Amino acid sequence: MPESHVPKEAIGHGDGGTAALAIGEAESLERAPTARPLPPGGEPTGKPRSLWSDAWHDLRRNPVFVVSALVIVFLVVIALWPQLIATGNPYRADLAKAQQGAGPGHPFGYDTQGRDVYTRVVYGARASITVGTCATAGVALLGGLLGGLAGFFGGWWDTLLSRLADIFFGIPVLLGGLVFLSVVTSATVWPVIGFIVLLGWPQIARIARGSVVTAKQNDYVQAARALGAGNRRLLLRHIAPNAVAPVIVVATIALGTYIALEATLSYLGAGLKPPTVSWGIDISAASTHIRNAPHMLLWPAGALSITVLAFIMLGDAVRDALDPKLR
Amino acid sequence: MGRYVIRRLLQMIPVFIGSTFLIFLMVYALGDPVAAMFGDRAPDPATAAQIRHDLYLDQPLWKQYPHYMGQIFQGNFGIAFNGRPVTELMSSAFSVTLRLTLVAIVIEMVVGIALGVFSGLRRGRGIDTTVLVLTLVVVSVPTFVSGYLLQFVFGVKWEWAAPTVALDAPLGQLLLPGLVLALVSLAYVTRLTRTSIAENARADYVRTAIAKGLPRHRVITRHLLRNSLIPVVTFIGTDIGALMGGAIVTERIFNIHGVGYQLYQGILRQNSPTVVGFVTILVLVFLIANLLVDLLYAVLDPRIRYA
Repeated sequence: MPESHVPKEAIGHGDGGTAALAIGEAESLERAPTARPLPPGGEPTGKPRSLWSDAWHDLRRNPVFVVSALVIVFLVVIALWPQLIATGNPYRADLAKAQQGAGPGHPFGYDTQGRDVYTRVVYGARASITVGTCATAGVALLGGLLGGLAGFFGGWWDTLLSRLADIFFGIPVLLGGLVFLSVVTSATVWPVIGFIVLLGWPQIARIARGSVVTAKQNDYVQAARALGAGNRRLLLRHIAPNAVAPVIVVATIALGTYIALEATLSYLGAGLKPPTVSWGIDISAASTHIRNAPHMLLWPAGALSITVLAFIMLGDAVRDALDPKLR
Repeated sequence: MGRYVIRRLLQMIPVFIGSTFLIFLMVYALGDPVAAMFGDRAPDPATAAQIRHDLYLDQPLWKQYPHYMGQIFQGNFGIAFNGRPVTELMSSAFSVTLRLTLVAIVIEMVVGIALGVFSGLRRGRGIDTTVLVLTLVVVSVPTFVSGYLLQFVFGVKWEWAAPTVALDAPLGQLLLPGLVLALVSLAYVTRLTRTSIAENARADYVRTAIAKGLPRHRVITRHLLRNSLIPVVTFIGTDIGALMGGAIVTERIFNIHGVGYQLYQGILRQNSPTVVGFVTILVLVFLIANLLVDLLYAVLDPRIRYA
């Protein structure tokens, strides 16, 4: 146990208010004797850590979290400014060099059109990161809102929403994507994002609903209600801060799978369209030449896999930190 | 039990109608199926109108849907893009995809549960961490990448398996595609089993069983495994539907003429009877698999009773 027992900053304290403190207290008290003995020189009556500061305390020391977070920061930076590490033009084609392997200044070789694979791999990050983050934000907002309200108010709205979620669960994702997106002619990322949000929200809605239903039954919520707190205050100040953890975990892992889904849809010809530089499109184009020019497939495929892996590992680490049951 | 099944079946009806109607809407938005029949040429207006009338396409959408569903329940799925009835296409496609899905399910059950038990019992040790990291890597590599890689390595370089599958899809040739299809789910099954085993390994009943002097393998198979398999069974059950629908990528890589292949053709040629018909069956499979999973709970865990 290192000295920095006092949390540097606590996410929970800021926006969680008393409720987050309360549960954090309960948990750290519960865990104190077994899992986390107080340091000998530490403060025995010190401020109890909230769930969030506790999680952050664990995360900073988790190598999996640190590595995946660094990878993600790097990906976001090159998605915003690809010219930082790739000076070429991803559209510049030199047919004379089609499918050539690595050469000086072109470490990943050329694709069938004679375009530099390295430049295209770097520029491809933008589409994947945009789709992943925007779709996740949309899904988390829509699903969290609908599921949270359904869990809080219950009744016919809850029933209706659950059945609606069942309907969307019944549709096979890839087939829905093929049908839905084959209508679209736009070459931007927005139809793909819209489709993922459309089919993705029930997953988050279920998680949010379940966790709000659990949080609603807590004593402090009953106490706040007895003290005259309105629905809005109950939801925002007491329930939401305590119900949001599972949603964040699932959304982080989902971000990785959405990036993979975008690439798969692009591979099937239904996702992003060619003027956009996308790993899925490049892999699809390279797949027919895998026997004579495997480098064209391996580099974008590697970049895609590392990106997905980074997000899934991040979500995994966050879950381990937030779920005390798995310790 | 009987009443529970009936209630669940009744609950399935609105979900079934909703899902199929949604797909119906999407396909309807695909474009004019009659124009698609004529390819690049513009159809003769009178002929087009006649075809539209014959296919019930001159009616508004809300009338078309019940008419179509009524036809489906009489076994009439319409005519596919190649002029054969959709049902004929289905019988060949579904038998192929069903075999592929079965191969995948068997692989994911046998390998996934074995790996999960193996690493769950050695929680926190090197072998456990290795398995965990491996599953994460497998989950992160999309199927269309792992498919091409395995096809290239096993099918082309080492020639251990056929790189593409023959039209009648013999079981032996489906092993490699089945593995590709199973990979991601395999990783999930491993992780689920591992977590579940690791949690239950500290349970009182396991300690009791060991204290009674039962042999280790009996404790694991009869006591620990049976109690740990419930979340795994749920996952595999819901995965059946996903695998059948998701085989579209695997079938494309290995040139298997199954459900995914026919659906893809149907979408490309804007043939709505093919698309809606196949998806309807897939939705049904998904719903029934979910029901069976819930019923299986009661078998695996006698504490669960359905009134």
